[in-house]
Amino acid sequence: MNAKKLTLKQKYIQSTRGLDWEYSYHSKEEIFPYAEYEGIKIHDWDAWEDPFKLTMDSYWRFQAEKERKLYAVIDSVAQNSGQLGVTDARYFNAVKLFIQGVTPLEYQAHRHFAHLARHLPGAGLRVAAQMQSIDELRHAQTQIHTISHYNKFFDGMHDFAHMHDRLWYLSVPKSFFDDATSAGPFEFMTAISFAFEYVLTNLLFVPFMSGAAFNGDLATVTFGFSAQSDESRHMTLGLEAVRFMLEQDEANVPIVQRWLDKWFWRGYRLLSLVGMMMDYMLPKKIMSWAEAWEMYYEEAGGALFADLARYGIREPKYAGVAKAEKDHLTHQVWTVFYNYTHAAALHTWDIDDQHMDWLSEKYPNSFDRIYRPRYLAWRKQAAEGKRFYNNGLPQLCQVCQIPMAFTEPGDPSTVSFRVSEYAGDKFHTCSDGCKDIFDYEPEKYVQAWLPVHQIFQGNCGGATIPEVLDWYHLKEGVDNLDYAGSPEQAMWNNWMVGRRGSDNLDTKTAAK
Amino acid sequence: MTIDIKSEEITPRRQTFSHIARRFGTDKPASRYEEATFDVQPKVNFHYRPTYAPEFELFDSARTKIAMKDWYVFKDPRQFYYATYNINRAAMQQRFDSALEFVEKRALLNALKPRQRQKIAFYLIPLRHFEWAANMNSQLVADWAYGTQIASAAAFAGADRLGIAQLISRIALAMGEGGDELLVRGKTQWMTRPEWQPLRRLVEDVLIVRDWFETFIAQYVMDGIVYPVVYESFDRQAPSALSLVTGFMRDWFADHSRWTELVIKVAAAENADNREVFSKWCAQWLPRAAEAMRRLAKTVLGESGDAAPTEAEAALRARLKTLGVSVL
Amino acid sequence: MSRDVSITLQNTQEGAAITEAILADNEGAVRRDFPAMIKIDRASRLVIKASSVSDRLGRQWDPQEVHLSLISLSGSIDEDDDSLTLFWR
Repeated sequence: MNAKKLTLKQKYIQSTRGLDWEYSYHSKEEIFPYAEYEGIKIHDWDAWEDPFKLTMDSYWRFQAEKERKLYAVIDSVAQNSGQLGVTDARYFNAVKLFIQGVTPLEYQAHRHFAHLARHLPGAGLRVAAQMQSIDELRHAQTQIHTISHYNKFFDGMHDFAHMHDRLWYLSVPKSFFDDATSAGPFEFMTAISFAFEYVLTNLLFVPFMSGAAFNGDLATVTFGFSAQSDESRHMTLGLEAVRFMLEQDEANVPIVQRWLDKWFWRGYRLLSLVGMMMDYMLPKKIMSWAEAWEMYYEEAGGALFADLARYGIREPKYAGVAKAEKDHLTHQVWTVFYNYTHAAALHTWDIDDQHMDWLSEKYPNSFDRIYRPRYLAWRKQAAEGKRFYNNGLPQLCQVCQIPMAFTEPGDPSTVSFRVSEYAGDKFHTCSDGCKDIFDYEPEKYVQAWLPVHQIFQGNCGGATIPEVLDWYHLKEGVDNLDYAGSPEQAMWNNWMVGRRGSDNLDTKTAAK
Repeated sequence: MTIDIKSEEITPRRQTFSHIARRFGTDKPASRYEEATFDVQPKVNFHYRPTYAPEFELFDSARTKIAMKDWYVFKDPRQFYYATYNINRAAMQQRFDSALEFVEKRALLNALKPRQRQKIAFYLIPLRHFEWAANMNSQLVADWAYGTQIASAAAFAGADRLGIAQLISRIALAMGEGGDELLVRGKTQWMTRPEWQPLRRLVEDVLIVRDWFETFIAQYVMDGIVYPVVYESFDRQAPSALSLVTGFMRDWFADHSRWTELVIKVAAAENADNREVFSKWCAQWLPRAAEAMRRLAKTVLGESGDAAPTEAEAALRARLKTLGVSVL
Repeated sequence: MSRDVSITLQNTQEGAAITEAILADNEGAVRRDFPAMIKIDRASRLVIKASSVSDRLGRQWDPQEVHLSLISLSGSIDEDDDSLTLFWR
């Protein structure tokens, strides 16, 4: 017997696509009914090269090892009241945004990568997709377990899935992911694997995980590091998947380009909430949103799109708008949240002078001129016992569903406002980017469950704000309103008296 | 003398998440399994219908004929969430690795007589394709099932099936001294040998089923014949070197069955319509599974070999009865 | 213009051993240290040799074990029995 020993590559191919076969009792179309309707042409699935060659035996071994280490830290943080080591209780509003907004997306990704794992014709890609499916389940479940401890003390986290399906600002991430999962498998890969998990990933990851590191949240940092090794596999899949589509047929290029334009923009708009978190919610700041955008998109993205130019791909259409909005984006989003904190499951607060000086330094072209006066005016109102809450409801963009608070690039005194007509009705969007998306598939975007429209239609518990908040399961005076005077603040100050003495306390009380 | 460590007065304001407290009827601590599964899946207010299946919502209990008042009554007996699942399978994998190392060091699989080797290769190696299809079916369930409990367990089952397909591949490589000619031959047998066509045809028929619970049932009955016939009846006739390495499959099947049988039992207990649907599905797929293994069994075990699938079928019917499903 | 490939590793025992192996085997590789992380950049291409890492750890190290120490990377991947390579096409 003179058998030649297989290499890792050969073994891997035999252990993945070698398992599949040419079906003969049913057609390929019957077994993979969703593979062609998007117009993407794949001539040779065997040309797919698996970037990582991980077989299940190794997967179980490595992931078990990672989980043992991670849960040891989660247990330790819980046992030792790790939350006491965090810089300030206001940090936890970032964690609230995370469990309400991001964790449900991890879960959606888990389910939809299973969809790809069943419905993509290429066996090699199916295997990569199924590993990503359980990786995403890992992320959802470890996040829930990590944040479970914080939920015992801090507010806003207690009914995250219920709130994700209903609250006005959470329809931003929910609609983002619904848009991807309602699309076909190739668009989903472009949207999530490539645009979100490759091009834009650092703009989600660095703010939250570095934010955790800088602010003493040991559990979240450990989760972040542990998840990142999974993310390296996902990133690589995204890059290779896009290359594969572009290389298989020239006709795929304009389709992929259109998806890139759309998903860059939807991803960017979603990330404005993260930018707000970075600039406003972290007591100890990592860097500004503008700096993060420069580093992780403008510099890194530049090299990437220079590379993809060989296929005929150009930079996303509205990348220039994102660049132009850098100085304004996060302040406008903070403004929205400050206005509507009475209807949000997180707190906002007065921006103190030290924080304003930091914002001034990071945003020399815009902050002092436009936003400082606004925050000083709010501070004055609060001091007079009239902390401002906006009792009207905002108009939402039909596509990204963010309240229409963004201004025209180059003109911060004019709200950016676009109108489209479809089937006898008018629909409003916040930007050219969102309008393009609407106009290309209006029959899709008119379906959106816009939280504000739904409230006006009486579908959200009743005609008054208290009834709506009740329907949201938002506990009045606990989950919502200003940090000043909140039960969380009282709890935190009580803890800190024991730990550090009273001179480090934020004792500003509520102005209702 | 006692050790008295004073700790801070850190009193939790709540014990668990609200959605879990609602299920308990009170706010008390929840297990990691409970937190990781209860109500995590989105339920309502979806923004767009799937462009590839606009008759359904993105998560839709109507993707199956089976009806449940509450889809969160399928508590996995193993209580697998991601961490415990991987830790469990890593331990099982370790046992397989040790067994395979033992067998390879002593060249036990290469020392088989050619006839024996050929027979084992014939009945075992093509099954990696059966496992691959089982993986695809598990992914369908993970995609369309309603509720985190079933969907997550199905995702784990898919990983298991891929894992087993890969273990069979490793056994084949060990038998072939590292070369792949047994794998290549195994695929040819799966594609062309008459003994394998009934099973391959059955497997391909199941791949086009669109009700995920029917896929689940069809896979359950196929496994209910294949596993006892191959990993008990066939393996008992083989040299013990083989049973050493196929221990993973037997252990896995016992573990997996704890979950699959709970799912069937709970859904059957829900209402008579469910029971009727299960009966119909079992009546459709079970006899075909048994029939598919009969010819193979005769080749492997001899003329009276078809007793093995027949016994497996009878045992499966009896088990289904205890789960609340009568198969005509 | 050549693009840098890069790899970011956890600053643990294993991460440190992998780092040393990379620096020894890849001329021109640049190391930067961050809290709990080590980032290594190199123009165009970087290879992690299993034998180099094994020598430094004192045990047989499989290139796939890099998953236990990996935080991030940039570049296309090529894995084989003895090494892991990062490169740009």
